[in-house]
Amino acid sequence: MKLSLHGRAGAALALTGVLALTLAACGTDDNGSGNGSTSGSTSTDGSGGGSALSGELNGAGSTAQQKAMDAWRAAFQQANSGVTVNYDGTGSGAGRTSFISGAVDWAGSDSAMKPEELTQAQARCQNTEAFDVPVYVSPIAVTFNLKGVKDLNLAPATVAKIFDGKITTWNDAAIAADNPGVTLPSTTITPVHRSDDSGTTNNFTDFLSQAAGGAWSYPASQTWPIKGGESAQGTSGVVQTVQSGEGTIAYADLSAVGTLSAAKIKVGDAWVAPSADGAAKVLDDSPLDTSRSADDVVVKVNRTTTAAGAYPVILVSYAIACQKYDSAAKADLVKGLLTYIVSADAQTAAASAAGSAPITDDLRTKALAAINKIAG
Amino acid sequence: MTTADLSSTSSEFRALITQVDKRRHRKDRTMRVLIWGAFVLAMIPLVSVSLTVVVHGMQKLDLDFLTHSMRGVFGGADAGGIYHAIVGTLLITLFATLISVPIGLLTAIYLVEYGRGSLARAVTFFVDVMTGIPSIVAGLFAYALFAVFFGPAVRMGVVGSVALSVLMIPVVVRSSEEMLRLVPNELREAALALGVPKWLVVIKVVLRTAVAGIGTGVTIAVARVMGETAPLLIAVGTIDSINTNLFSGRMMTLPVFIYQQYQQGLVPCTPGQQNCIPTINYDRAWAAALTLIILVMLLNLIGRLITRFFAPKNLG
Amino acid sequence: MTSTQSPPDAAPVGPPPLAPPARRRGRPGRVRVRDRGMSRAFRWLATGAGALILVVLAAVAVFLVVKAWPAITEPTDQLVAEVPWLHGASSLLSFVGPLIFGTVLAAALALLIATPIALGIALFISHYAPRRLAAGLGYVVDLLAAIPSVVYGLWGGLVLAPFVQPVWSWLGETLGWIPFFSGDVSPTARVLLTVGLVLAVMILPIITAVSREVFLQTPRLHEEAALALGATRWEMIRTAVLPFARSGIISAAMLGLGRALGETMAVLMILSPGFLYSFKLLVAGQQQTIAANIAAQFAEASPMSVSALIATGLALFVITLFVNMTARWIVSRRKDFSGAN
Repeated sequence: MKLSLHGRAGAALALTGVLALTLAACGTDDNGSGNGSTSGSTSTDGSGGGSALSGELNGAGSTAQQKAMDAWRAAFQQANSGVTVNYDGTGSGAGRTSFISGAVDWAGSDSAMKPEELTQAQARCQNTEAFDVPVYVSPIAVTFNLKGVKDLNLAPATVAKIFDGKITTWNDAAIAADNPGVTLPSTTITPVHRSDDSGTTNNFTDFLSQAAGGAWSYPASQTWPIKGGESAQGTSGVVQTVQSGEGTIAYADLSAVGTLSAAKIKVGDAWVAPSADGAAKVLDDSPLDTSRSADDVVVKVNRTTTAAGAYPVILVSYAIACQKYDSAAKADLVKGLLTYIVSADAQTAAASAAGSAPITDDLRTKALAAINKIAG
Repeated sequence: MTTADLSSTSSEFRALITQVDKRRHRKDRTMRVLIWGAFVLAMIPLVSVSLTVVVHGMQKLDLDFLTHSMRGVFGGADAGGIYHAIVGTLLITLFATLISVPIGLLTAIYLVEYGRGSLARAVTFFVDVMTGIPSIVAGLFAYALFAVFFGPAVRMGVVGSVALSVLMIPVVVRSSEEMLRLVPNELREAALALGVPKWLVVIKVVLRTAVAGIGTGVTIAVARVMGETAPLLIAVGTIDSINTNLFSGRMMTLPVFIYQQYQQGLVPCTPGQQNCIPTINYDRAWAAALTLIILVMLLNLIGRLITRFFAPKNLG
Repeated sequence: MTSTQSPPDAAPVGPPPLAPPARRRGRPGRVRVRDRGMSRAFRWLATGAGALILVVLAAVAVFLVVKAWPAITEPTDQLVAEVPWLHGASSLLSFVGPLIFGTVLAAALALLIATPIALGIALFISHYAPRRLAAGLGYVVDLLAAIPSVVYGLWGGLVLAPFVQPVWSWLGETLGWIPFFSGDVSPTARVLLTVGLVLAVMILPIITAVSREVFLQTPRLHEEAALALGATRWEMIRTAVLPFARSGIISAAMLGLGRALGETMAVLMILSPGFLYSFKLLVAGQQQTIAANIAAQFAEASPMSVSALIATGLALFVITLFVNMTARWIVSRRKDFSGAN
């Protein structure tokens, strides 16, 4: 009895062990392009650092960048099989604080580091400067879910009033005035905002405060300035909420909007739909922020541009890194990844994966100059 | 109950049955309907959960899905799998078990065989307290503990294991304690009378007799912590690639994978785009949920089988 | 349930050769044993494990307090400046307040929905279902307790919310005069009532399992006596089963409440959060629970906001502790009268 019991216990243990071993042997990380998984145009020579790189690199931040970042990570990891790049879409604010505290190696953020944040970051950057480089430029769509209405024109002031709760039904006179000839239902408007600290919110409120001509009384801010109301976490959370609710309206990165309708925004006298081209035109028309150091490449977006075809509700999203890391290996990894991300290849990959606008050659040159200063 | 109680209730009954009253029968029937109704009502969500998980999960669950990680998969591509998450879940729970079972079992032995006085009372009390620790608080604790030594960037499998053991230890203590108490004292006394030292009595007689029940308890405790999400989300992070090292780098686990896929939501496919499935993230989430439930149920089943096969038949 | 009482006093005495003319102290029958060698080592090992539990729990408490301390003592204005998600709250207390409110409201809602139904199921299994079915049903309910919470969250977000939305709209239209159902019904149903429903489903198995056990322990004699006196089945349950099981039912409900309070994922995946003292169950962006808020905001790794989050975690810890202790107190207070012993 005793012996047989031990025998059985032993057999059970051995079985578990064997099971674990077989399991460990049969899985694979290889989701190579052979099965067509990488639908974006991922070039195999996408890395800037060569395949000698290896290690784990952790980033966090902007959820707007997520789709592009997924494509970038896939291509970068394919070119450097020893590298694992992780990116948590935790929101821009979270990404920057994680970066400052040293919890991640680089951050993605839809707004550049504030001056005081740059100072705070010096501690984790071996007493050197942290810097921003623009990596992702994308239109923010004002997206809505309204039965029977596919196309909608909205003036900036109307958008502001809707999100401020001043306009509460879809057949309001202000919306009707923007959309002559469209039959609007009397459905209640449910504005949906981001519940987390978000650069998309910052860019959107920045646009409203500058372009809505006084209809928006709040300053640009990372957190939604109005209490209450429907909200969701992350870009995809917002889109999901809009999809599941009738009469909802929200702001989200165009790459995440998918089959939902996006409103045309009044720019000058024309109605402009969100598009990568429109975003690129705004970028051309926007100067650099000269108050910052030369390596800190930050764009001052011109929200009130009236250039033909320009769509000024854009977000310019940055990668934030240190000039100096605690190890050469880490520095090489960050440098390699960022060099790849700003490359023309990667920008095209992002454009096809996420519908973003490629950064201009001028910005790329400046960004590369900054990235090349990263050292271990 | 005392006789006084009984007599008072019986006089109440007498009063009840002497009144011929249809109301009583109507009430009885109403309650019968209500109780049946409660059962049927509760079965709706429970059946719905099980059915949706199985139906949706089956669509994506295949060998390919089980043996690939998510490395390099993005957009709506119909690729990738949960191998990395299965590995992570198994390793993290295994390590949590390795921490919890010795501590939990020894504590139970202490309480049953040695425990007297204030320390035993304190241990019993605080084991009860530990049972009520919310899982997220356990995660915060593990993270805070490791962050002290490794800085705020710490994300390792072992942190998750520690968080899970905080949740698991009290369950192991309680179930093992119960099983050890079931061992008849005659067995202990007989062994001691033969001159066997106490520690051998505990190991060879008491534990041997209770091993089946303890095994069941442990397996069910493992099944319970395997589905924990929140502490792992905080302590272990997420990753796309396979990582089999508990002591370095992030790990993916099945519950966190489900949450992550759910958070990513629908994929915005451009019309006409090839190899793009809008619902791919949800499909993966459902399939991972099915895998997780199968694992948990399997453990529960194993727990019950342990009782059946390992229970000593001619002892006690 | 009653395993918290002190161990039965039948503990083995030392081996006779080692315990000659035993020095008796305390209760008669207890012999002071002098262990040697391995026996002593083993005793110390076991005692050490017991002590370790105390150390771990003390460590949890100490760590939480130490980590939360900066946020608790930080001057309010600095705290607000450093923690971005305080949502305009003027102090830590005014931030934790609505969270505690939301947590308790969600859990209470779940308990309110779950308890009657769980008791119904438990009675059904113990007293109504055909005997052959009952064992199987009990097993099914036990298995359902094993479904991970993240799966309930997935189901709640993708299946339940779209399903109940029309029902909530109807509730809002017809019963809008009740404060709970007033306001603009959310078109997405990511509201507290949906969360309460999912939490209720989640705690159903626990409450059912515990109260079923208690119902089954009702002395057969009492039940038969009631029936023999001509009571209908319901009267038998009301007069014999329920009074006997009362403390068991309360502790079952408390256990359920404890689980609902600490539940994270289902809330995180369903609720559209807000930070108000609001009873509106059908309006989005009104309430949030402590656990879900920690999981949602934890990524913001700035030391001060982690500290503030841990402070809210501490509050949750204290609340659950209070609930569990109350449950145990009720059980121990009533133990003598319930007839369970």
